[in-house]
Amino acid sequence: MDYHWNWGIFFVQVQNGDETYLDWLINGFGWTVAVSVSAWIIALSLGSVIGTLRTTTRPWVVMLGNTWVECFRNVPLLVQMLLWFFVVPELLPKDLSMWVKQDMPAKEFITATLCLGLFTSARIAEQVRAGIQSLPRGQHYAGMAMGFTTPQTYRYVLLPMAFRIIIPPLTSEFMSVFKNSSVAFAISVLELTFVSRQMQEDSEQGIETYVAVTALYFLCAFIANRVMSFIDKRTRVPGYVSAK
Amino acid sequence: MKRNVLVLVASIAAIGLTQSVSAGTLEKIQESGSITMGIRESSKPLSYLDGDQKPVGYHIDICNGIVEAVKTKLKLKAIKVVHQAVTSQNRIPLVTNGTVDIECGSTTNNATRQNQVAFAPTTFVTNVRMAVKKASGIKSLSQLNGKPVATTTGTTSVQLMRAHEKGQGVDFKEVYGKDHADSFLILETDRAVAFVMDDNLLAGLIVGSKAPADYEIVGEVLNIEPIAIMMRKDDPQFQGLVNAVVRDMAKSGEIDKLYKKWFMSPIPPKGENLNFPMSEKLKEVLKSPNDNPAEQYNVKK
Repeated sequence: MDYHWNWGIFFVQVQNGDETYLDWLINGFGWTVAVSVSAWIIALSLGSVIGTLRTTTRPWVVMLGNTWVECFRNVPLLVQMLLWFFVVPELLPKDLSMWVKQDMPAKEFITATLCLGLFTSARIAEQVRAGIQSLPRGQHYAGMAMGFTTPQTYRYVLLPMAFRIIIPPLTSEFMSVFKNSSVAFAISVLELTFVSRQMQEDSEQGIETYVAVTALYFLCAFIANRVMSFIDKRTRVPGYVSAK
Repeated sequence: MKRNVLVLVASIAAIGLTQSVSAGTLEKIQESGSITMGIRESSKPLSYLDGDQKPVGYHIDICNGIVEAVKTKLKLKAIKVVHQAVTSQNRIPLVTNGTVDIECGSTTNNATRQNQVAFAPTTFVTNVRMAVKKASGIKSLSQLNGKPVATTTGTTSVQLMRAHEKGQGVDFKEVYGKDHADSFLILETDRAVAFVMDDNLLAGLIVGSKAPADYEIVGEVLNIEPIAIMMRKDDPQFQGLVNAVVRDMAKSGEIDKLYKKWFMSPIPPKGENLNFPMSEKLKEVLKSPNDNPAEQYNVKK
């Protein structure tokens, strides 16, 4: 292979600019973390609510939850990104549409975060539902026997156990958020994948670029994994399912 | 675990240090009886797929001339031409690693790329300008201060826009499409008021759009870029042959003819006409063909 290697490329100044390629990577890494963490907060809050609603006894609430999950789970993430970016603004009234398209501050970031958050919320809702339904029915009855209302039963009996049970799948989901955030480059978010394409074009050191970006994604997902594992250890109920 | 990581790092570094010696492209063609041509799927009219998904275009025609010359030189009865679609991300890696022997696309010849690959003499010169909607009344880059401006991720235009902002003290709100079609959609749906890109690509997108009469190409030239056919570096025999063919085609007027065929006449698949006359710069380059990089076209004032 006649490749011209240059591992020092990260400290070289970019063309037409004062910054180095390392600055670009750090900047892209920052946006990747910002999009992922914000999306995760949206996903965890919405996903918990929807997942819980799906285990209640009201049929229309359950149906609403099911519709939510199926809509966001059955469409590819890239298609969802492009839908939110190109199609949704066209459905708004004309003035609002123009504002969203041209003047809304941080419009790409907000669109990407919202899209990734909603997509992930459907997956979390499914896990929360599974977690609650994996509990023995007796726990629900025990809550009722204590004189708890339904919200109290969920708050004090079911959810604390369900969340502990689903920590392993939630860990994968948290790691996935970082990896899925790479799709945001398609709607103009200047995150790591965007930077990798730009740096590859600007420096023509494609292999070095992709090795660095791979390492940074690995780092994100690995830290996410360690954080969740720490939470898992701290919240474990001795003698119950996930405890070893 | 730690040890495995060390081994991995060491092996990557080792790849970096190995300087493999590869056989020349001509020998490779002689042995295999085939040549792999890198093509683009939508770089109209330089290199793209027609209605039957067959690669066609101005650079494809020039490359076919080169293949003929290789056939004559190697005294082969026939050469099998393998077409390999490439993108702006993978075209250089695919040439350097030997997958593609000759890239007939729309690659800008610049100094950083010359570290990796060699270029045939320049066969097209593009100007980076902007496409706008006629109704917007925009005629100059200076009118774009504070306005959203589109370009495509991973292109030289991104950095050119940033440099222009710094030099002129203006502030664009950049919007990046993932490919040229998306960037044009950004302009079409008013997400941006201008789309900065190579003017021949803009002309192609406008002609192919729903309402070609609504758009025009305006404004200052941000950069002049020589576009050329690309091949492996350090392969003097193949390079010499390619250079000779392109020089002959320029001298004999063959390139003029091909230019008229692709830029000034109806082209497949829909029979539209780009009406894109040859620039003075390209005329000048064709008089004395060379492989000067973009940097020599844009000497800083």
